[in-house]
Amino acid sequence: MNLSPDVDGGLAVLIAGLALWTIAVRDTFAAVIGFVAFGLVVAVAWMRLAAPDVALTEAAIGSGITGGLLITAAAGRRRRPPPQPDGRPRGIVRIAAATASVLAAVGLGVAVLSLPTPAPTLAPNVALHLGLTGLANPVNAVLLGFRAVDTLLEVFVLLLALLGVWSLAPDRFWGGRPGAAQRVDPHAMLVFVARLLPPLGIVVGLHLLWVGAVAPGGEFQSATVLAAVWILATTAGLCDWPPVGKPRLRLVLVIGTAVFLAIGLAGLVIAGAFLAYPPAYAKLLIVAIELPLTLSIAAILGLLVAGPPSREPRR
Amino acid sequence: MAREVTTIVAVCAGLFFFLAGTIGLIRFPDTLSRLHALTKADNLGLGLIALGTMLQAQGPLQALRLVVIWLLVLVSGSAVSQLIALRVYRRSGQS
Repeated sequence: MNLSPDVDGGLAVLIAGLALWTIAVRDTFAAVIGFVAFGLVVAVAWMRLAAPDVALTEAAIGSGITGGLLITAAAGRRRRPPPQPDGRPRGIVRIAAATASVLAAVGLGVAVLSLPTPAPTLAPNVALHLGLTGLANPVNAVLLGFRAVDTLLEVFVLLLALLGVWSLAPDRFWGGRPGAAQRVDPHAMLVFVARLLPPLGIVVGLHLLWVGAVAPGGEFQSATVLAAVWILATTAGLCDWPPVGKPRLRLVLVIGTAVFLAIGLAGLVIAGAFLAYPPAYAKLLIVAIELPLTLSIAAILGLLVAGPPSREPRR
Repeated sequence: MAREVTTIVAVCAGLFFFLAGTIGLIRFPDTLSRLHALTKADNLGLGLIALGTMLQAQGPLQALRLVVIWLLVLVSGSAVSQLIALRVYRRSGQS
């Protein structure tokens, strides 16, 4: 029994429908919910395309963390509506935005449709040299071995994004804690869940990191789960966001990139190129990069959702 | 054979609860009734589907994973329902 064409067709219709609904709906919250659902269905589509690594990342980051960010942003807009002198954007702005969107969509469509078949691929090359990295999961072998520089730059982008969020803070809050100080009823449902789930979340997060060497998983997926545990515990009021001026927090934020850079630079001496690993120690070095990197990414993702510092630091 | 039949029956029953829950979610007039409909799909529907697929699992570990997934959805579903219901209750008290 082969159901796959129907299932895939249904998925495609669902994705297009959710995408249209997300754009068309007027209410910001409804649009965000549509976006989160869209991300989850896209993750299922990636599974159907036999790309579980991408599916995990899409579900965790594309849908989970980004959804959390957008909900926070929507809630902030509702509390403090932006000043809009003329109500809606003027006609010319709307036409320009529509034109740019259509051009981008058409460009993407043309690019995808004009790909040669079979598409150019480096997969056989990766499979041939997989043994050099000591990993059995080709996706992570590419992300941390063959194209480690891309991953390094991604983490730099995340750090810059966090600096961008922090730079929105007014001067008097600089160095203070993000989020609102909240008192929570100790018997509330959320507190119960926030006590129940973290042990499981931490185990699942570390498991995702560890199996990344041989199966779908890796530092970004792991960090997202760990960040989610942190966000849950702070939302429930079980712990508070740290003051952004705290030196120990700053250290946690940069340690991943620092270790990554240090090992990359050491590669210049011991293996003859930036981010090159001597094959005998490749697996060890990759794990040495992944552990602090996961910690840093988890901290960055959590603080991105927390937002800019919004309470005065204690002097 | 008995295993296949049980799977089919359990998954079909689970799908029925999902269908009923979805219809309730769309048709019921107020938030609390809609929550009531939703929890039937989450708890019973997913539980039955997990039970059905568990019989097809390769080994006890995979079956255990399905149970854990069901329990996690139960916990998050009931917690979120409580939070939504509490908000509805407080809002109706104010107005």
